[in-house]
Amino acid sequence: MASSAPPPKLYTDDVSLIVIILDTNPFFWGTLSNTTASNFSFSKFLNHMIPFVNSLLLLNQLNHVVLIAAGVTSCGYIYDSATAVASDGGQKVPAVCSEILSRLEEFVAKDQKLGNGDLRTVGGVMSSLFSGALSLALCYIQRVFRSGMQHPQPRILCLQGSPDGPEQYVAVMNAIFSAQRSMVPIDSCVVGMQHSAFLQQASYITGGVYLKPQQLDGLFEYFTAVFATDLQSRSFLQLPRPVGVDFRASCFCHKKTIDMGYVCSVCLSIFCKPHKKCSTCGSEISHSQTEQLDRKRKLSEV
Amino acid sequence: METITMVAKYKTSVKEPGIPGVLKMMEDRFVFAPNDPRLSMNLNVDFRQIKGHKFSKDGSKQALLNLTQDPEKGGGYIFEFNNFPDRNACRDFVGKVLGRFQSAEKPPASRQAEQLSTKELERRMKLLTEDSELQNLHKQLVASGILMDSEFWAARKSLLDNDNYGAPKQRAGFKSAMLADVKPLADGRTNKVTFSLTAETIHQIFAEKPAVHRAFLTYVPTKMSEKDFWTKYCRAEYLHKTKNSVAAAAEAAEDEELAIFLKHDDILADEIRRKIQRVDPTLDMEADLGDDYMHRPDHGILRDGSKETVEGDNEFSRRTLSQDLNRHGSVVLEGRTLDVELGDTRTVAEALARSKQGLSTENSDENVHMEKSERVCRMTEIEDLQAPRSFPVAPLCIKDPREYFDSQQANALKTLGDNGTGMKPMDCNLSAEEAWIYLIGQISQVKVRGFNHPIVQSEAALKVLNGLNQNLSSTKYQFGKNSQESVLDRLPRKIKDDLLNHWSTIQELLRHFWSSYPITAEHLSKKVGRLKDAMTEIYVKLQEIKESVQGDFRHQVSLLVQPMVQEVIRSNLKKSFTKHMSVWRCSRCDLKSVCPTWV
Repeated sequence: MASSAPPPKLYTDDVSLIVIILDTNPFFWGTLSNTTASNFSFSKFLNHMIPFVNSLLLLNQLNHVVLIAAGVTSCGYIYDSATAVASDGGQKVPAVCSEILSRLEEFVAKDQKLGNGDLRTVGGVMSSLFSGALSLALCYIQRVFRSGMQHPQPRILCLQGSPDGPEQYVAVMNAIFSAQRSMVPIDSCVVGMQHSAFLQQASYITGGVYLKPQQLDGLFEYFTAVFATDLQSRSFLQLPRPVGVDFRASCFCHKKTIDMGYVCSVCLSIFCKPHKKCSTCGSEISHSQTEQLDRKRKLSEV
Repeated sequence: METITMVAKYKTSVKEPGIPGVLKMMEDRFVFAPNDPRLSMNLNVDFRQIKGHKFSKDGSKQALLNLTQDPEKGGGYIFEFNNFPDRNACRDFVGKVLGRFQSAEKPPASRQAEQLSTKELERRMKLLTEDSELQNLHKQLVASGILMDSEFWAARKSLLDNDNYGAPKQRAGFKSAMLADVKPLADGRTNKVTFSLTAETIHQIFAEKPAVHRAFLTYVPTKMSEKDFWTKYCRAEYLHKTKNSVAAAAEAAEDEELAIFLKHDDILADEIRRKIQRVDPTLDMEADLGDDYMHRPDHGILRDGSKETVEGDNEFSRRTLSQDLNRHGSVVLEGRTLDVELGDTRTVAEALARSKQGLSTENSDENVHMEKSERVCRMTEIEDLQAPRSFPVAPLCIKDPREYFDSQQANALKTLGDNGTGMKPMDCNLSAEEAWIYLIGQISQVKVRGFNHPIVQSEAALKVLNGLNQNLSSTKYQFGKNSQESVLDRLPRKIKDDLLNHWSTIQELLRHFWSSYPITAEHLSKKVGRLKDAMTEIYVKLQEIKESVQGDFRHQVSLLVQPMVQEVIRSNLKKSFTKHMSVWRCSRCDLKSVCPTWV
């Protein structure tokens, strides 16, 4: 794919590589359309999202958009504007849409097939595999970074609906930190019912924008007004800032979201219960030491 | 106990005439009122301040009683009585009172176990003066009696220890002044020239001129006296100074000892040669030679009023200023390795010889050679033939990957199974099958129907824009222009200081609070009681601050205060507290009263 990219492009600072991560959690979308009065469905979501992809491509001829779907059992690339242009050469907008839609259909079918054999789905897994999707996005961006001296300015946009999966905490945080290291901002737009602590932290740490739109029927407007701005322009603009960030962590042992916990003094792993031995680095945490201290203290004070 | 009233004179020193007045001694204090009411010499002193008493002998010139305040500082209250019986009555009274105080004070002092030395106290004072925050805390907690001084410092042992052992006594190095360069002093009338050598100078001469050092060790005192030696040295220096090379050559021919001082220093030369070997082998020293103007006439460095130029290879050629400077610089940088007191020249010379021996055995030639070849390798390394250097970050070390990942996976699956920890599950009334069908149906619906014709509905778009604008302007107002600026910075200064102050106090109190669990002794429960009261006070103060702030800031302040209040409440309600992964159960103590909101 990379080799087919056209030779020397003039990448100015407003050329962007936007990796959009799309939540295709059937349980979330199904529940949303069934229960809420907001009258919002996946088809409506696509109605906002796909034109947004098109408008991103229209903003700058060299803009590059990659779509990644985050499903319940798998995640994968849906669309890459670089290859689409190369293969279809100057197709009209509807062709791009139909490509996205058919690839999305394929992905969902595959995701279902993978999920059917799994008992977990019966219990109703609500979270999508965002950690995997973020990793895919970061890998793609890394490849672009290494393609040459000049490359478009990358950023990631997460469109999440389903609630966070606390079991993905470590993986998501790792992805967030590697994004921070490679200076890739993660924008997040939460279309679900509740705020996402993961994405709040992701945007906060990487310097992206976190937004939970109130008017879902005006989603396209949110997209174009907030998330279409390239990194260069952001320094001149006032973009929405979150009022607070939920910094809670998940424990490494049971993947529960916790307010207070135990931290390994060697590797900083987080646990909800005291352990004799840290499961990450293997350090023995001895109780005798604290008891000794305790005894010493008593002796000195009496 | 009775009181004693006596006529006495108060004086601050024995020789003063003193102020006549009346001294009245009571059970816990003594009062002195002068007869002349215009004098402001009224005394009213607590006996607790008095540490001891002295008195003059019966039958001596004056009947004196000196109540001393501080045995070290001296000074105190001196009273002169009309006669000895009066004085003795007062003396006995004071003796009784002081005895009582001392016996009362003794037990707590011994209970404290550690009698603080003055040094310890000084260190604490120093720490307090250096750290104003600590000082505030100390003032607040110790002065108000919430914590005892020893308790306060017990939590900061490391601070005291650091100060104690962290700074070994620094050793003074060589002075950077060039003492070895002794200047002769001429008195101007006679032809006598005086050199003055001090112990420090001699030490430096030994260090900088190894040949002189060697000569001293061999000649003194077997062949000549120390005085003769230095006379010769100074003579050589003088010849050197006057730049009279002919005279120097002549004198050197006559006196072989003098010649030693005039000749090139061969030890030094050796050392220099060795140093040159250690110079980076890729450095081309010959390339520098062209820049050397020192050998040309009319070039050179001005020294002692005349230009110095380097003459040919005269055996008695003079040292140049730059040579001297370099030598001095290198000796200063090497540092003083002597542990001997300067003074006796002989011992200094011997000690220096010993330390040098140690040094020279350390870097033997073999070592130097190894180092050199290693250096050459490193300098001539061809980068593209090297394996990639490892990254400067330490890789995460997971001791047993399988255990780590397996246990993670198992735990993760377990939680998924019982589902419902952490996140609130969405009630999903769809079966998996239905959900998938719905999703695919949605996609195909878009495929078939295409997009809604006006993608942007003006009404919705307007709402969105309005909402965004409102959101932006409100956050801009709340958080200020600068995103880095915290809410604290925009609060009135006093409130900010108060908040920070309370925060640090609470932290200190909580630290002591939790460290006194489990309550095993009476003094611990007393301490907890005191801490409890202190926290109650702060709680009230926090509430006051919250209420005192005006409108817009109020919300921000309550957000800030919230965690502090919660901490305080938590400490008072939680009956079990876990720390260092061990659980301590504390006996039930009724602490609810601390928190007014808790009923």
